[in-house]
Amino acid sequence: MTRTLLHPLTKPALFLLCLLPLAGLVVGAATGQLGANPAEKLIRELGEWSLRLLCLTLAITPLRELTGLAALARLRRMLGVFSFAYASLHLLAYGWLDMGLALADIAADILKRPFILMGFTAWLLMLPLAATSFNRAIKALGAKRWQWLHKAVYAVAAVALMHFIWMRAGKNNFAEPAVYGVILATLLGWRVYRRATR
Amino acid sequence: LPGARSAVAGALVLDKPTSYADATSYNNFYEFGTDKSDPAERAHTLKTRPWTVSVEGECAKPGRYGIEDLLKLAPMEERIYRLRCVEGWSMVIPWVGYSLAELIKRAEPTGKAKFVEFTTLADRSQMPGLRSGVLDWPYVEALRMDEALHPLALLAFGMYGEVLPNQNGAPLRLVLPWKYGFKSAKSIVKIRFVEKQPVSSWERSAPQEYGFYSNVNPNVPHPRWSQATERRIGEDGLFAKKRATLMFNGYEAQVGQLYAGMDLKKHY
Repeated sequence: MTRTLLHPLTKPALFLLCLLPLAGLVVGAATGQLGANPAEKLIRELGEWSLRLLCLTLAITPLRELTGLAALARLRRMLGVFSFAYASLHLLAYGWLDMGLALADIAADILKRPFILMGFTAWLLMLPLAATSFNRAIKALGAKRWQWLHKAVYAVAAVALMHFIWMRAGKNNFAEPAVYGVILATLLGWRVYRRATR
Repeated sequence: LPGARSAVAGALVLDKPTSYADATSYNNFYEFGTDKSDPAERAHTLKTRPWTVSVEGECAKPGRYGIEDLLKLAPMEERIYRLRCVEGWSMVIPWVGYSLAELIKRAEPTGKAKFVEFTTLADRSQMPGLRSGVLDWPYVEALRMDEALHPLALLAFGMYGEVLPNQNGAPLRLVLPWKYGFKSAKSIVKIRFVEKQPVSSWERSAPQEYGFYSNVNPNVPHPRWSQATERRIGEDGLFAKKRATLMFNGYEAQVGQLYAGMDLKKHY
């Protein structure tokens, strides 16, 4: 397993894997396979893939410790950056397809609708993490400060989940946000537990 | 289910009708689930025969109508209406039915009948969505008597020349083209004439967001989003700008006088 994880093709393979959902959406949009409201479908799917990738990113450390596969850590950055990429596309799709790129309307909408504000906040919180996701930034910041900064990912998870819950509040339909809530609570709870018992 | 072209003013808009596939696969019908794909996937469990509608309350001739009687009660008309959902999307649908007024007149409402209340089917064995607590079941909607008697208020039994598909509210539903879609109650089982203004299901669930009237109005935003624009399903491309929403969904000439002098910001 460790050998597979360290294989030079593992990262390129993960890269392509992370691009698959996007490719599916692009093909779906081009061929009219996204249902009656393709804009809505596109916006929602991009958001959900960002959340899924965020869960995967946060799952790396627990998995690494539970399985002893230290090499898993190689994959974490790519998952995190892809989560940010999908979040950015999610924001762009909302701004373009839903708001017609009218910046004043978008700004007003962010302030008017709490769930949009939550989503935008989550994306803002991701920005510094994405911006410092390369090796030189780690060196420049120093490992300690870099790690401290990247603890913001926990806030991102909480705010993104609130964004999702709030979005569904209009229909009282919390089944899917609950699934992500349980996953994120487990992943964060595990860290709290580790810290307490270390 | 054939229908003759309606002669009612405003009953045949010139907009291009939405595709049958879109109109029957993208629906809000919470009794079958809150995702818009749920009704098309799950509504096959709805049994539309036998079906009776109870007409009761403040009227001289209450009664129970079988669906076969209702189908013969008045000549079927085809009406092409714009449909504006409160969520900000719209369709154009050729319905088949007759004015709700035809049924109301036969019931001979009394002077006390100021409102008409519509109750829709709530049967757990047929409707999986009832298990969710999204609304108080059964779904209840209501109209002021003059709204209910307006010729554009349609009792629909079909669409696109066919019998209503289950997911669109079979076997009979209301269609009120100047109001947000949720006012048009689906799968109706009871029509009741009452003196006091009823509380509709959405009013009960979120009174600050959904009023009794719920007329399409681009100038009164929903508390959580603007109602100034809408996306026409199947027509406005992915990158097209949304189209402007029209006052009373474009039926102001026909229904505007019903609300003359009313503060529509207050009576949303």
